[in-house]
Amino acid sequence: MKVELHSIHKHFGKVHANDDITLNIPAGTIQGILGENGAGKSTLMKVLSGFIQADSGDILLDGKPIIIHSPADAIKHGIGMLHQDPLDFPPMRIVDNFILGAEGGLFPNRAVVVRDFKLLAEQYGFSIDPDSYVDALTVGERQQLEILRLLWLGARVLILDEPTTGISSSQKVKLFATLRKLAAEGKTMIFVSHKLEDVEALCHQAVVLRQGKLIGEMQKPFDPKKLVAMMFGKEISLGARQVAKPGEAILSLQHVSLEDVRLKIKDVSLEVHAGEVIGLAGMEGSGQGPFLRACAGLMRPVGGHVLLKGQDLTGKPYHAYKHHGVEFLPASRLEEGLVPGLTLTEHFILAEEPKGMFIDREYGRKLAEERIKSFNIKGTPVSTVESLSGGNQQRALLSLLNDPLSLVLIEHPTRGLDIESVIYIWSKLKDRCRQGAAILFISSDLEEVLQYSDRVLVFFSGKVSEPLDAAQTSVEQLGQLIGGRGWPEKQAV
Amino acid sequence: MDTNTIIIGLAGVLVAAAPLLFAVIGETISERAGVTNLSMNGTILLSAMGGFAVAVTTDSILLGFLAGAGIGAAVALIVAFSSITLKQSQVAVGFVLALVTRDLSYFLGNPFMGLEGPRLPAWDIPLLADIPIIGPLFFQHDLMTYLSYVLILLAWLWIFRTRPGLMLQGIGERPAAAFVRGANVNLLRYFYTVLGGALVGLAGPLYSLSVKAGWKGTISGLDGIGWIALSITIFGGWNPARAAFGAYLFALLQWLGLVLQPSMPGVPSQVLQVAPFPLMILTLLLVNIGDAEWVGRTLAAMPEGARRFFTKLLRAMRASPPAALGVPFESD
Repeated sequence: MKVELHSIHKHFGKVHANDDITLNIPAGTIQGILGENGAGKSTLMKVLSGFIQADSGDILLDGKPIIIHSPADAIKHGIGMLHQDPLDFPPMRIVDNFILGAEGGLFPNRAVVVRDFKLLAEQYGFSIDPDSYVDALTVGERQQLEILRLLWLGARVLILDEPTTGISSSQKVKLFATLRKLAAEGKTMIFVSHKLEDVEALCHQAVVLRQGKLIGEMQKPFDPKKLVAMMFGKEISLGARQVAKPGEAILSLQHVSLEDVRLKIKDVSLEVHAGEVIGLAGMEGSGQGPFLRACAGLMRPVGGHVLLKGQDLTGKPYHAYKHHGVEFLPASRLEEGLVPGLTLTEHFILAEEPKGMFIDREYGRKLAEERIKSFNIKGTPVSTVESLSGGNQQRALLSLLNDPLSLVLIEHPTRGLDIESVIYIWSKLKDRCRQGAAILFISSDLEEVLQYSDRVLVFFSGKVSEPLDAAQTSVEQLGQLIGGRGWPEKQAV
Repeated sequence: MDTNTIIIGLAGVLVAAAPLLFAVIGETISERAGVTNLSMNGTILLSAMGGFAVAVTTDSILLGFLAGAGIGAAVALIVAFSSITLKQSQVAVGFVLALVTRDLSYFLGNPFMGLEGPRLPAWDIPLLADIPIIGPLFFQHDLMTYLSYVLILLAWLWIFRTRPGLMLQGIGERPAAAFVRGANVNLLRYFYTVLGGALVGLAGPLYSLSVKAGWKGTISGLDGIGWIALSITIFGGWNPARAAFGAYLFALLQWLGLVLQPSMPGVPSQVLQVAPFPLMILTLLLVNIGDAEWVGRTLAAMPEGARRFFTKLLRAMRASPPAALGVPFESD
């Protein structure tokens, strides 16, 4: 289906979120929409998917002007949107998720739906059991489920909002194959992202939004430098890989074994040195999460020893680890890392060593101003953390880390952040390394893993690889290992 | 005890549980939609008094029940308006309403204290009532008790087997996703809150016109029932069938407390009277045991077959509240 947007305007108060945006997308095209966080991509997609109405401007489908009142209305016109966090119902069965919202009689016929579901799933090469529960699926599988559901409802235009955030690289390959197939069938795909490499790999054409305006467009093949310049108004480069000179041993794991409901990790030994960055790669749920938590004392190993600077801390609580300079930054910033409702100042006061019973507000405010400045956080000392953007929340988390640190453990340090924030966050982390800390981090972004790590550990359903030298490893090799290929017959761990 | 006494006793349990069932299922429906109606304790008292007053004045049992449902719906409407439209805390509003409606029922009920009122007549179901054992157990009661059986089935079917029922689960679980799929979330929440309130409101007259007939003010023995109903809603895991099981279990425990007293003279009578409450708490703990970390670790150590079986069992027993319970919804 051909999609045309004609001079769309949308204001939120004083902010001109969409400023005269005109866009033509021929049928069968994969259209990329690029822009940093807050550029107006989401607003434009919300207008097209019926979440909000434009102040002015027209939407035309196959040349016919339409008015979209709601998301449910949009899907009737054949426009479906896949949200970054798939809008499904985790505690329900997949088949119920599928039925919910579809039209029909009072009693839905599950057998027919299951049959349709299986046919569709087969057609696009997905294997999901319709009787299982959604909360047992990975984010990637939930995306597949939503895509199938939208297609089932008759979607001919699919809007995908940052779909590669939070899924594994093999799921990304699958997703892209599906999108190409859908485009070949004449459906229109709109791919919203801030990841250049995804847009380069997938899209036929792309536009760049910046501060609500459409800055430019480009056809395949893309010139990434030009796209970056359009996105940020200046050129940005990742910089060369920095190789650390490892110092003393900070963390040593001796024959550590872990168990949780889903998997077991057996007999891992590892030495981590000061100044070193170790990336943990693997599909979500392959064991890297428990592994990282075990290093922080948040999970008790069933066997082996965890030593920090030579001191045995096995079985000690997180506070003992923290006392020895270990910090853990979880993936869910607002749930586990920050306290929604509290201001930045209050966070800094909380993170400080308590001095007496009462709060020194003046000191807290000064501290907040100082850190906000040095970490370049877009916010004020009285901003609550949930009002900050994702990138600024991550900066706030980093600014909360105390000195001195010996070990920083991070889950997905840059998930959902634009490239400028990514570079900034990593420059701050590398500073920590130069001061003598070691870093262990989990990321599903293989390029990030290879760019910033010195050594890489690959996880595959509880198996842990020998540390790989990041400089000697390619994205392809890493992808193979993550997918379970290329492992030695008997892993010598 | 002979068989006859047991059958009469168990039949009594079914009747005694009927008002509890209306209240628990009403609350279940309302919470499924994402609104906690904490006022239930006072609502039951006020509707018991109101229903009795109307029935005495008009000499119509039907009008008495309608008045009860109306009172329940009206109180629920206040909860709905303050939480959905004004986006106020459901806990604060519900709690205050629970206290206000209770005191209101005592105050307004003064003129009706101790009056002789009509009683819901028993109505044997032809044929079915004559079956030995089953007949006297299930089919020699009043209309409302029969309706309570039907209500369990209807509510269960509606929530889990119909399209609108799935949407009801959706608006309580993840309103944003329900909205995307075409639900008018706030309107539906109004509807189900008021409907649930009306069902809770039926529990009142069912007490004052049948199970504990009459209005005796503060000694009516109804204060506290709403709180029990609230805990049974949680015990029931927001599932009408399980909630019904909880209500029957509670009524059964209370009856056992009474009949076991003579045969256990050593046990103080208070112990048996209070026993149902800690027993309910214990069951609640058992049901949610799967969330404990050591259980997860024990499971991990089991062989694959046993692990899968127990994981499924725990999963089936576990009850998590609707994720958006008490969370206002705004579509932006």
